[in-house]
Amino acid sequence: MTTLTDPPKDSFRLSMLLYDTRYRSMTIQVIALLGFSAFVWWLIGNTAQNLSDLGKEPSFRFLGEPAGYDINQRLIEYNSQSSHFRAAMVGVLNTLVIAFLGCILATVLGVAIGVLRLSKNWIVARIMTVYVEMFRNVPVLLWIVLAMAILIETLPAPNAFRGDTPSASMILNSVAITNRGIFMPAPSFTTELVSSSVAWWLVIGVFVASVLGVRYVRKSATATQNATGVRPTTWYLQLGILFVPMAILLLVLGLQWTSPELKGFNFKGGLHLRNSLIALWLALSFYTAAFIAENVRSGIMAIAKGQSEAAGALGLRPNRIMSLVVLPQALRVIIPPLISQYLNLTKNSSLAIAVGYMDITGTLMGISLNQTGRELETLLLGMLIYLTISLIISTVMNVYNSRMQLSER
Amino acid sequence: MKKSVFIGALTVAGLAAAAAPAATLDEVKARGTLNCGVSTGVPGFEAPNADGEWEGFDVDVCRAVAAAVLNDAKAVEFVPTTGKTRFTALASGEVDMLSRVTTWTFSRDVDLKFEFVGVNYYDGQGFMVPKELGVTSATELDGATVCIQTGTTTELNLADYFRVNNMSYEPVPIETQTEAQQQYLAGACDVYTTDSSALASVRSSFADTSAHVILPEIISKEPLGPLVRHGDNEWGDIVRWTLNALIAAEELGVTSANIGELSAAPTDNPEINRLLGTEGNLGEMMGLDAQWAVRAISAGGNFGESFERHIGENTPIGLARGLNAQWTAGGLMYSPPFR
Repeated sequence: MTTLTDPPKDSFRLSMLLYDTRYRSMTIQVIALLGFSAFVWWLIGNTAQNLSDLGKEPSFRFLGEPAGYDINQRLIEYNSQSSHFRAAMVGVLNTLVIAFLGCILATVLGVAIGVLRLSKNWIVARIMTVYVEMFRNVPVLLWIVLAMAILIETLPAPNAFRGDTPSASMILNSVAITNRGIFMPAPSFTTELVSSSVAWWLVIGVFVASVLGVRYVRKSATATQNATGVRPTTWYLQLGILFVPMAILLLVLGLQWTSPELKGFNFKGGLHLRNSLIALWLALSFYTAAFIAENVRSGIMAIAKGQSEAAGALGLRPNRIMSLVVLPQALRVIIPPLISQYLNLTKNSSLAIAVGYMDITGTLMGISLNQTGRELETLLLGMLIYLTISLIISTVMNVYNSRMQLSER
Repeated sequence: MKKSVFIGALTVAGLAAAAAPAATLDEVKARGTLNCGVSTGVPGFEAPNADGEWEGFDVDVCRAVAAAVLNDAKAVEFVPTTGKTRFTALASGEVDMLSRVTTWTFSRDVDLKFEFVGVNYYDGQGFMVPKELGVTSATELDGATVCIQTGTTTELNLADYFRVNNMSYEPVPIETQTEAQQQYLAGACDVYTTDSSALASVRSSFADTSAHVILPEIISKEPLGPLVRHGDNEWGDIVRWTLNALIAAEELGVTSANIGELSAAPTDNPEINRLLGTEGNLGEMMGLDAQWAVRAISAGGNFGESFERHIGENTPIGLARGLNAQWTAGGLMYSPPFR
């Protein structure tokens, strides 16, 4: 006779959390998480408590008060009576400008140098090696300060353009390169129909539309080519789409160029690229370009030699091999580290105060901090802003990266 | 169970860390040194000398306080602070007092919760321009490029001055004085503006001092003085009256040369006697001994001696007493009575 009994069923006991391997790891993780949260909570609480003991309760009310200081480079309307928040926005825009310009120049330089470093020409390859090692092994702050010192010490002061026999003269009578920056003609519109900002948006809109139009023409040309084997001639159409609408628009808006003129202490009118911007831009770009060059080199070297040999066997010339076969594949290796370099450049731009460029570190975390004494608040805000900018850059680049990846079937 | 003990322990730790700080005087005595916040270097006011020892007009105030409290003018730990870090250093208790060309303003006193104990230098913001520009007044500076040290009250004064006078300018913000000098001398800016004492100090380091003029306009009041944290009034009293003792000593003719003689026995002048502790118990009221002021004055001499030694007309800085003379000599230095 057999009796059927169910296998003994363990009821869950608390001690199993510690002695049963199935649950132990979870127990440890939960305890660690709780401990960590408690620690963070204590840090925050302690800071807040200490601040209020000092009579400095965290408050962001200062952002609405008048800033009281002037900023030289401002992309939006700002004067010393504007609020600290407005000053912070001017700083954010200046940070974005330097990050944008820097990333473009660094990429162009970096790709060129990375490719040239693999050149078969011994001298060119060596020069590029020297460039890379020189720039990436010296702190970027020193490059920034050096660039500024060179601009200030070697270029003529505006005073040198004065008098009957000036020791310096303007290029083509319209561009003045001085130790206060480059003064160049600026476009403006004489039209009374629309305000100047609307006019600028119109110009940008027409430009984007033209580019889209050109892309459409090219696409349909490719479609025709695929269908018939003959590519229709469209270059005149493309040129027309690109230039005719823009020319008409500019004529209607009344485009004019204002040249800078020496008046009083300074050149007046036109566009003023300040020394601080140029020095920071060049130093950051040259520095980051050295790293990007190495990324590019590693990307190219990651492509099997057989690829270029096969392309060569098909009769492609070296530059076509590079642009059609090697670089498109190398891009997949290059882009992820490139994202880090863009982020580095953006964060390194916070050294701007060394040359007096008024970025977010200089305005919100510099002068505003000083004038209001709100260290914690301004620094937290600044960190949040850098985090946001960096996340946006990496999101955009990650989207680009995923589009560049090998699509496997 | 264990968890709640852990969190409880954290809470206790948090409360302990947040407990109110002890009286600064007791802390300083227990530590045996005075932590004094100075700037990173303004020749004449505070700068390390060739031996690495800090000296200057502001440094003498620190030494006087250390001498009064600790009986040792050398028992000072100098903490260099920048325009940005100075207030945090003081508020957090990293330093016991600041003595570094800091302007006394309403918001610093009230909003930032500090206590300015007095003024040891009455300054004002001025402009320096190269002589060849032919500028004789600050009202002719419309459109000029102005080099300015960032993070100071000068930045706000400049903005106000140009706005009120309806002039435009291009500010070139600069982090340090050496950089400002470089830009100014290269002609990257037309004007350099800062406190006029600092302008004199900077100009004294130029190769050709006569090629630069300091314009007559003084566009702001910059009373510079030592400050302490709000809330510890006993400590504030000690620093305030140490500074007053230096000023009063000059007025009363007490110098480092004759102080030994004057403090040995009561003199005819009751105020000197009260100051030097040969009469009354002023020191005791502050929690110090009777000889506190004697030590403070012996540390670096009285106010006038310190001034002449570090920034006076016979030094490279070459500042006249001007507003900083005793009130009896037409200046603003006026110590309340020791009574």
